[in-house]
Amino acid sequence: MSAVAAEGVWKFYGDYPALRDVILNAEPGACLALIGRNGAGKTTLLRIIGGFSRAGRGQVRIFGQDPRDIETRRRVGWIGHGIAVYDELSALENLSLFGRLYNLPDPRKSAMEWLERTGLERVKDGLVREFSRGMRQRLAVARAFLHQPSVLLLDEPFTALDDRAIAVLQRLLREALAEGRTVIMSTHQLREALELATHVALLNRGKIAFHGERTAQMVADPGWVYAHYDEA
Amino acid sequence: MEFFRQTWVIAAKDLRAELRTKEAVNASLAFALVILVLFSFAFDPLEEQTREMSGGLLWIVFAFAGTLVLNRSFAREVPNDCLDALIAAPISGAALFMGKALANFVLVISVELVSLPVFGIFYNVHWTTQIWSLLLVLALGTWGLTVIGTIFSALTVNIRLRELMAPLLVYPMLIPVLMSAMQLTMQLIAGKSLGGENQVWLRLMVAFDVIFTALSLVLLETVLVG
Amino acid sequence: MREKLIYGLGAIAAVLLARNLYSIFMQLPDEASQGMIYRIIFFHVPAAITAMLCASVTCITSIVYLVTKNLKYDAISVAVTEVGLAFLAANLVTGSIWGRIIWGIWWTWDARLTSALVCWLLYAGYLMLRRAIEEPTARARISAVFNIFAFVDVPIVIFSIKWWRTQHPQPVFWGGGTIDPAMRLTALLNLAALMLLAVVLSLIRLRQEEVQREIDSLRRYAHAV
Repeated sequence: MSAVAAEGVWKFYGDYPALRDVILNAEPGACLALIGRNGAGKTTLLRIIGGFSRAGRGQVRIFGQDPRDIETRRRVGWIGHGIAVYDELSALENLSLFGRLYNLPDPRKSAMEWLERTGLERVKDGLVREFSRGMRQRLAVARAFLHQPSVLLLDEPFTALDDRAIAVLQRLLREALAEGRTVIMSTHQLREALELATHVALLNRGKIAFHGERTAQMVADPGWVYAHYDEA
Repeated sequence: MEFFRQTWVIAAKDLRAELRTKEAVNASLAFALVILVLFSFAFDPLEEQTREMSGGLLWIVFAFAGTLVLNRSFAREVPNDCLDALIAAPISGAALFMGKALANFVLVISVELVSLPVFGIFYNVHWTTQIWSLLLVLALGTWGLTVIGTIFSALTVNIRLRELMAPLLVYPMLIPVLMSAMQLTMQLIAGKSLGGENQVWLRLMVAFDVIFTALSLVLLETVLVG
Repeated sequence: MREKLIYGLGAIAAVLLARNLYSIFMQLPDEASQGMIYRIIFFHVPAAITAMLCASVTCITSIVYLVTKNLKYDAISVAVTEVGLAFLAANLVTGSIWGRIIWGIWWTWDARLTSALVCWLLYAGYLMLRRAIEEPTARARISAVFNIFAFVDVPIVIFSIKWWRTQHPQPVFWGGGTIDPAMRLTALLNLAALMLLAVVLSLIRLRQEEVQREIDSLRRYAHAV
């Protein structure tokens, strides 16, 4: 069974199709890089997979279940454009909160563990409001990984990350993939993404123009997929 | 039960966040006091007539001041896209609604309980005579206010002119429960009891609260996700 | 096909209205205590009933939209709500005119007028809400939920205002008494005419809504290319 499967997904804004008959899947342990121009529909597709909106036609399955199913939600981690942590709470309070929301056996312990893994243990009691940009992003990463999700959905995760945060994220993603977790990330940063990716999918105006394994050629020449498959 | 645990986590989070900054409750309390003062210019507090209808005025104060707090309910999830994190979390829409409604209820009723003695002083009204009945009316009325305010905060979370829209939509919806609360408050202050004809108002408030709580619990998921 | 339906129903409505107006002004005698002005009841009451029917229809289509996600039902919801709002406004205005003639005041907080006003505010909110949401799918979903809340509130509003009025008696619109059979017939016929008119107006508005949707999606296509 695929970890994530999009089966004939359409998404309409009014009568306009933002996604057209998208067929996609990612096996457990795969890292799928979802690429495409601005407005191609990457965020729309990821948000449907993540259960934030519903497909107009077709369906998404995560381990065979609907993304909105509560048990499925427990197994999915999300990093979107916003950091999705509360400014008025401390780093530790934020992670403990999410630990409790995800019903972890020891929320505080998990929170401390992930603060250490993202290099934030020294500022654990600092309010997020006072954090630097890089610290905020690392906390977002900690929040997404906290509950050991089987599927990680990342929407342009490398954009606007500082070097330290990029390094942390890459390390954590490699570890996650080694543990057999599945990653789908949309990206403009081809180089960082293609290093990690096992598969690549190109979205062009709502349609999948290419879906296959990542090759050495793609790593050597990141623009190759665009050159060959993207229509003007 | 899982529902109650999740509800508690959400309610505690909202209360902790609000009490740390106290932005909404302070604004709400200040607003309540200002309206009470403004009313004293429109309706002379020394007139017997004003004292008779002051119960009604009180609920206008509560409705306006309460809306300030209630609007923030889902609006506070917008910065940093925290709403996404709540939608993605494995909690039911009903638990999310109930948690936020409970936190809101605590905040709004706190503002009301502080305003009440001030109101008593400004308008020379003895509100302590039937205190338990009055508190019951306060609780039922505030819950009605809270439920509608919370679900409409969710409805308007992503729309333009959210701060203008939400109050505009909420007040007509609240008319039955506000009317009941006003009538009962005026009756209680005038020394009457909750029995007899007033029973109808009481039952109306309970019906309003139950119906709209049920509707909100069921529809929150639809509102946020579709 | 729908064009023919609109013209056909419109023609029937026009004939019916013409017949009723003739009957109202030419045939029926003046009422005992009120004189000329009582004739306004032939529009005042049917307008309210038509508005009620519109509200019921939109509640159903809102629920159907949420279940099927078919935007056709959203279009029907907004069309019928607008028409219902217009009829409710007609009810308020005719009531106000009647009150001015009979009691010399433009407004009285009679239970039915007050309820009508509150319901009007509720559904006006629906239209304002729609205006504030750009994206059609979100707009349909949010306004459908709001519509359900509004419709559930309507009976509660009517009951609470009625109870408030029994505690604070006031002048009543058309209390008791029997009604002449000729008048009853005309009243019912006018109800039929107004309901037909409501259907015609809804169909016209529905067409406009569908055209608007097509324009929106064409605009999106244009931007995407």
